[in-house]
Amino acid sequence: MGDTNPKKDAGQLEAEISRLKSELDRLRRERAAWLGKYESTPKREALFETISGVQLAPLYTPLDIGVQDSGYTEKLGFPGEYPFTRGPYTTMYRTRLWTMRQFSGFGTAEQTNERYKYLLDHGQTGLSVAFDFPTLMGYDSDDPRSEGEVGVCGVAISSLADMETLFDGIPLSDVSVSMTINGPALMLYCFLLATAEKQGVDLRELRGTIQNDILKEFMAQHAWIYPPEPALKIITDIFEWSSARAPKFNTISISGYHIREAGATALQELAYTLKNGFTYVEKGIERGLDVDDFAPRLSFFWDVHNEFFEEIAKFRAARRIWARHLREKYGATNPESWRLRTHAQTAGVSLMAQQPENNIARVAYQGLAAVLGGTQSLHTNALDETLALPTEKAVRIALRTQQILAYETGVANVIDPLAGSYYVEWLTDRMEEDAEEIFAEIDSMGGVVHGIEEGYFQQQIALSAERFQREVEADKRTIVGVNDFTGGNEEMDIDTLKIGPEVERKQRTRLADLRARRDAGEVERTLERLGAAAQGEENLMEPVLAAVRAYATLGEIRHTLERVYGRFREPVFF
Amino acid sequence: MAERKIRVLVGKPGLDGHDRGAKVVAAALRDAGMEVIYTGLHQTPDQIVQAAIQEDVDVVALSILSGAHMTLFPKVVKLLREAGAGHVLVTGGGIIPTEDMEKLRALGVGRLFGPGTSTSEAVEYIRGWFAENRGNEED
Repeated sequence: MGDTNPKKDAGQLEAEISRLKSELDRLRRERAAWLGKYESTPKREALFETISGVQLAPLYTPLDIGVQDSGYTEKLGFPGEYPFTRGPYTTMYRTRLWTMRQFSGFGTAEQTNERYKYLLDHGQTGLSVAFDFPTLMGYDSDDPRSEGEVGVCGVAISSLADMETLFDGIPLSDVSVSMTINGPALMLYCFLLATAEKQGVDLRELRGTIQNDILKEFMAQHAWIYPPEPALKIITDIFEWSSARAPKFNTISISGYHIREAGATALQELAYTLKNGFTYVEKGIERGLDVDDFAPRLSFFWDVHNEFFEEIAKFRAARRIWARHLREKYGATNPESWRLRTHAQTAGVSLMAQQPENNIARVAYQGLAAVLGGTQSLHTNALDETLALPTEKAVRIALRTQQILAYETGVANVIDPLAGSYYVEWLTDRMEEDAEEIFAEIDSMGGVVHGIEEGYFQQQIALSAERFQREVEADKRTIVGVNDFTGGNEEMDIDTLKIGPEVERKQRTRLADLRARRDAGEVERTLERLGAAAQGEENLMEPVLAAVRAYATLGEIRHTLERVYGRFREPVFF
Repeated sequence: MAERKIRVLVGKPGLDGHDRGAKVVAAALRDAGMEVIYTGLHQTPDQIVQAAIQEDVDVVALSILSGAHMTLFPKVVKLLREAGAGHVLVTGGGIIPTEDMEKLRALGVGRLFGPGTSTSEAVEYIRGWFAENRGNEED
């Protein structure tokens, strides 16, 4: 940064420049000399590269981030200001700590309602709903395809009635709710909206998030229903309706998490996720929406894995890339559109079944990286999640891990404390450059949807997963308790949560009761009306809300739309 | 005489979308010289058994991370038997508690593998089973 004191005369400036020059020469000389010493000393047998395959220098100095032009204002700026590298908000954790939001759900709506109340009682500050597989796929609990899966991996929600039970006694006016739902996001969002209405909440004030990111479902998570084009049409309907009717609700959480868990590297996660985000922006603009009307409600969701500094750099690079593209490419003028806000979750895939208590340490380091990266909310995994759904005790330890981070370590005191670290800045720049290369590659193949249909992303992700597994099996990478330090693997005495078959029976009974007691004529009329709306270009939000209020079930709405849109067929390969 | 290649169907039954493990294992079995068919996601037990018969496989390897293993494994075993293919080995892996592995074993399911297993362990197990049970057959 230049000194702008006007009183300095030319002679003084010249002297300063020559001093900087000689400092730079000295730095170059001394670095070369140091490298000579470094090269001649024996090293440990280890891979000095990130999991993404980025080769790491042993040391970073001002030379690696361009000492002549540090580009501070252009590349970093200030927290809450373009390009947001140093954080999305001006005061960050000095104003408000991140939201501690544990993803949770199992069994029936009653059971999960109890768990939510337990978490809120223990100081959790937001809710995050985990649905079971039938719900994630848009099947009712009594559908034959749901057999054996009801309430097992999350909570079973088949209708507005279940959603009302889920939030019984939990005021949606005060507690923000995030829902991991994608293929049938439209239906579950409407269940939530209708529940809020019944609680007397003004939808204009309702806060919360639906994941609603179908592109990453095709790439990695695989809970899809309809093919890409109608699925994107539905998402754009949600953007359009919500920008007027529920303007504080986050209508999408563009997620790298599942892409990463499926095997992608941090770099692939970063690039694919942002590219998905740009695709949603383009769809909104194509619909004729003003980018500044919907972009402020787009939010993100990152995985936070073991590679500590790369994770931090990923969060920082993501904010800068998003801001630059939204402003420069998509013409957004509202700073809210440039601001990337994110949720983060520690890496489920990094948890080990061997010596599961060690997972507490993994989760703590990952949580630290998320906070140093500037996350807005965080889920820390429970130590037993590689074995089963977590027990109450395991969930409490996970939450306590965040509280220790927030209240004991002091990491929330200074904003973006790693800025200016030669290594972190170099890695942030590097990830941005590499992501731009991947964007260009995706463009050259005709964009995200085309890449999905061709299986490009799926293949790249699978290749990364295979590479990682091979490296572990060849002992190039060490995983404690798996390929080294295995003493203690025999002891396994932790309790796990079990979901019995009674959940499925209960859900079937509940649904049978609901079907008997609701106004069948009204259900039929609203579903017919929905089918007709889907045939045309109409926004589907109001027709779905009408069907939901009549207690049409998730499966009934799914099938009504499937008759119009068909179903996605994945390209199969390995 | 050249040894016959072991034919394996890698399947993802139920609604579970986690295919990282299935794909890594499928690739490892292929690299170990086996003939591998992968079903893709969201298959019903019926679809898996039909594919197994059509492809005349020696082994059906199921990946289940959804907790539905006590429903899906026994169904596949039962349907294979009904179709006269009871000789096919049903094995697999996923998030499956040890006591459930034992129960499934008693129902005729082969060895099941949990998280952290090396792919070479699965390869060795399938080769061993094949040598013992099918190794004398001619192509």
